[in-house]
Amino acid sequence: MALSATRVNTAEHDDRMDFIALMARVCEQDRSAFHQVFAHFGPRVKSLMLKSGADPALAEDIVQDVFVAVWRKAGQYAPERGAVGTWIFTIARNIRIDRLRRLSSQPYEDIEAIELVDDQPDAEQEMEAVQRAELVAGALVELPADQREVIELAYLHDLPQSEIASRLALPLGTVKSRMRLAYARLKQKLEEKI
Amino acid sequence: MTIAHHLDDATLMRYASGDLDEAFLVVVASHLAMCDHCRHAARKAEELGGELLEEAEAAPVQAGSFEAVMNRLDTAETGDAVQPSPRPFGSAGSDVPLPLARRIGGRLDDIAWRTIAPGVKKHVIATQPNSPSALYMLWVAPGKAVPEHGHGGAELTLILSGAYRDAFGIFGPGDIADLDEHVEHQPRVEDGAPCICLVAAETPIRFKGIVSRLLQPFVGI
Repeated sequence: MALSATRVNTAEHDDRMDFIALMARVCEQDRSAFHQVFAHFGPRVKSLMLKSGADPALAEDIVQDVFVAVWRKAGQYAPERGAVGTWIFTIARNIRIDRLRRLSSQPYEDIEAIELVDDQPDAEQEMEAVQRAELVAGALVELPADQREVIELAYLHDLPQSEIASRLALPLGTVKSRMRLAYARLKQKLEEKI
Repeated sequence: MTIAHHLDDATLMRYASGDLDEAFLVVVASHLAMCDHCRHAARKAEELGGELLEEAEAAPVQAGSFEAVMNRLDTAETGDAVQPSPRPFGSAGSDVPLPLARRIGGRLDDIAWRTIAPGVKKHVIATQPNSPSALYMLWVAPGKAVPEHGHGGAELTLILSGAYRDAFGIFGPGDIADLDEHVEHQPRVEDGAPCICLVAAETPIRFKGIVSRLLQPFVGI
């Protein structure tokens, strides 16, 4: 058992490394590298949009929007700021805000622009993106089911905190404290490795 | 700039997951533009989203989906490349963080204030109808005290200039007061300079007591 678990982890590690290398090739307009990124993340982004309430046709259309943006913004992907999955998540989140919530994601674009120009990576960010992603994955595995449920409803199903509270028949304060506990665990995981 | 008061972790996660309405998003982003600490913290909350995406089950895309993306890229105009803006503040000489500068221009001096009570001026910033929270700026005179009040809903106040003091401490430029609906406070603006802040509020404040309702204009501080 232990051996196969190790093997799976190694495969995941290699996958994450591969996507960083693929993004470097996408920057050079390499379409076959882009196709591999799409093959992995396209169906995940589609699943995200379906969970967020888009019908299949709209979800498909949004997937295309996301990857048009991935290609155009490829030069802005900075491995020291996180795994490829995190970067694609933020692009998908912004387009979800624009198209499903019908609000403007411009403030996110502003913050991203400031980060690109101003931010020096801190000690945590200097940690290799792949290692960071593995720590985040480890924190997720250890999360109690009730905390995991709340963050999945927020991040994947795009439910407002108030709606999570009513769906789970919990006080809003309980939803917030579960989110804080999940975040604290993640932060602790990342900090203990520096 | 030394910032002492930061965003609540639950608010950071709402930002990262995309759950803030327009008013709250503008205030959070304006704070992030000023606060390296919270920018790094927000990134961690986004990494959680990245990992959840990584672990999400795959939903098959339609046949020809990738080709459709390439086709859109090949036929689109090339002139719409993304241009990063270089500064946390709107432009050279600006004292307004970029996400707010898009709404009010680059200088606090240029705001068209409306006096709503002695020593209190307000400037409402329009938001889309599907964004229920109010977004506005307040100018409060030096030394001015505001009656003790609770909040009808969550409220986020970013200090842009000057300072006020309440039971939670002194709030100066860049500080954010991230208050939920249960908090009551009695802020007093510090002597010497007016306090200018940016506020997102879920619902109007309810002052305690009938007389205090006359002070409803103090909403937001």
